[in-house]
Amino acid sequence: MDNIFINIAGWIRDFIAGFGLSEGLVYLAMVLVKFVAVLVFVLLNVVFLVYMERRVAGFFQERLGPNRVGPQGIFQLVMDILKLLSKEDIVPAGADKLVYKTAAYVIFVPTMLVYMVIPFGKGMNVIDLNMGLFYILAVSSLTTLIIFMAGWGSRNKYSLIGGMRAVAQMVSYEIPFVFSFLGVIMLTGSLKLSTIVEAQQDVWFIVLQPIAFIIFLIAGNAEINRGPFDLPEGEQELVAGYHTEYTAGRFAMFYMAEYANLLAMAAIGTTVFLGGWHGPWLPGWLWFFIKMYILVFGQMWVRWTFPRIRIDHMMHFNWKVLLPISLANILVTGIGIKAYEMLRTMGWW
Amino acid sequence: MAIAKQEGNFRTQEFILNMGPQHPSTHGVYRAILTLDGEYVVDLENVIGYLHRGIEKLAESRTYTQFIPYTDRMDYLAGMLNNWGYVMTVEKALGLEIPERAEYIRIIVGELQRIASHLVMVASMALDMNGYTAWMYAFYDREKILDLFEMICGSRLTTSFMRVGGVPNDIPEGFLPKLEEFLKEFPKRLDDFDNVITGNEIFIKRTKGIAPIDGETALDYGLTGPNLRASGVNFDLRKVRPYSIYDRFDFEVPVGTNGDNFDRYNMRMLEMRQSLRIIRQAVDNLPEGSIMAKVPKVLRIPAGETYGHIEGAKGILGFYLVSDGGTKPYRIHVHAPSFVNLGIYPYMAKGTMLQDAIASLASIDIVLGEVDR
Repeated sequence: MDNIFINIAGWIRDFIAGFGLSEGLVYLAMVLVKFVAVLVFVLLNVVFLVYMERRVAGFFQERLGPNRVGPQGIFQLVMDILKLLSKEDIVPAGADKLVYKTAAYVIFVPTMLVYMVIPFGKGMNVIDLNMGLFYILAVSSLTTLIIFMAGWGSRNKYSLIGGMRAVAQMVSYEIPFVFSFLGVIMLTGSLKLSTIVEAQQDVWFIVLQPIAFIIFLIAGNAEINRGPFDLPEGEQELVAGYHTEYTAGRFAMFYMAEYANLLAMAAIGTTVFLGGWHGPWLPGWLWFFIKMYILVFGQMWVRWTFPRIRIDHMMHFNWKVLLPISLANILVTGIGIKAYEMLRTMGWW
Repeated sequence: MAIAKQEGNFRTQEFILNMGPQHPSTHGVYRAILTLDGEYVVDLENVIGYLHRGIEKLAESRTYTQFIPYTDRMDYLAGMLNNWGYVMTVEKALGLEIPERAEYIRIIVGELQRIASHLVMVASMALDMNGYTAWMYAFYDREKILDLFEMICGSRLTTSFMRVGGVPNDIPEGFLPKLEEFLKEFPKRLDDFDNVITGNEIFIKRTKGIAPIDGETALDYGLTGPNLRASGVNFDLRKVRPYSIYDRFDFEVPVGTNGDNFDRYNMRMLEMRQSLRIIRQAVDNLPEGSIMAKVPKVLRIPAGETYGHIEGAKGILGFYLVSDGGTKPYRIHVHAPSFVNLGIYPYMAKGTMLQDAIASLASIDIVLGEVDR
């Protein structure tokens, strides 16, 4: 069971190699196959996540949530997307058409790039980069640019404020977000995600780096613009923020990207702090999946409990609270590692 | 009006943002023209009238009884109280004595309506800060009150329940047990609500000290009701000029200190608990007897003018009635609390952030049906 997906990949590989292609071409074809597999996985999860969010919200709010389309309403989003695709596609007059349209097409790209390096199980990643964590941080911050493109291109004052807020928020929270990983990187001495997961064989990094984990949760929540940090789309003041002017399929792209980002954030958290595929009895990929969904549920819980934070409080919180704590955490981690080494050399450990 | 500013090499400009009449948090078809400096509100202009139906003018071609259904279409979140304010004024003009049981029923439904209206206020206050769950909680309880209204008069929102001289229906069977159940459950629900929103760190940070109004300013702008009391002015018509039979009830009037958004919100939370006390006493002392006074078939008010007012859910709700001795009013003017309270909104919004300006609008609790009439 543990290697079921790796075995399937092996069969496909043998099948493609059977055509007599060169080594490089087989490798390329395999990357493509894995990419498609991950894409399908992500989209299926997004469909489920939207449904889950609405059911979870219903659960918190003493109501039912969608329960009509299919068993327990599971196909609600399929219908929603179909409806959105059949709607009129409006480009506002005076919008910067190129920027406006491009933003909707590329909003999914950074998210998908993140999934490329996530190890869903032992050996289950598309590409196992040497600097996987650094790569994730680099590509995930591209989202800021795309959201700003959407806000700017729409030529709507609400969208513009939303875009501006997104830049301020995401650029600021990037810093504690990155710093929260530094402790883990110091402990493992590697940026390679599979190495980071291997290093959690005995003890998960949530135990060694609890403060970093909390910082990761908060900053990660801000990075993906979910409540209480959903300022860029703050419905009550900005209507829908940066995607106010988007309709039909383009709106669906933004809508789904939000959930793809949510899942990506949970996947990163699982990999770095929750021991990735490690766990007893069940196969590794199932463990990964369970941990990922626990994090997702936590995010939803937070979103449906808290009111939205104000923009200046948010900035204060980032620069005056999160950043010093994350720096202190790095310092303490460094001292801890040194003390541990000294104790070992002296033979007391 | 937009002013360009030069800060070093960086040139910034104020810009004008039109908010409404179609906007998620304008509580109806209210429109505000905001001048923004980044996220800060520099200036705000109220634009009203999108829901104007000319109710006061319509009254001139209706008889005194026919006008009752129009009153609950003004403040449609507090229909019972609007009915009450109007019929009380007419009764005052006619010099009618109301049977005791009718007065008690009016108190019960009136205070239930006050709770329902305050629930909408606290819910929309939470919602305007994205507290969706709190919003749902409050509306869940409001449904229960509306169910009770449905039992007693058949409609939920626009009740048109009261008549000149009393109330048309007696309390139906099964109403009192359901009310008992509500009285027992609701305090727990209020505690839940306090847990989810009143004690919330983010909520407190976003409301305490925001848009404060001192007592003097509040009086200058003519604020009434919970908004005035939040500023520390202890003025509740039910206490200072008791109408109906409020002097027989034992309750307190909560008074705030800072007049900020939190106090305005908290006034409602505290008043709901006091309303529960009043209902409790009214149910316990409910007398038997008639529910309708002897009223002539055709109402004719002697020529002259009458002013009657009650403590509505949003402030003092006054009806000014001029009669020329006929069967129809010569002129009716409504002192609508929402309309008066909205006047202070530009003062409150200036200098705050866009997000807080939205919350401030929720905190003064307007209903556009009453603002525009």
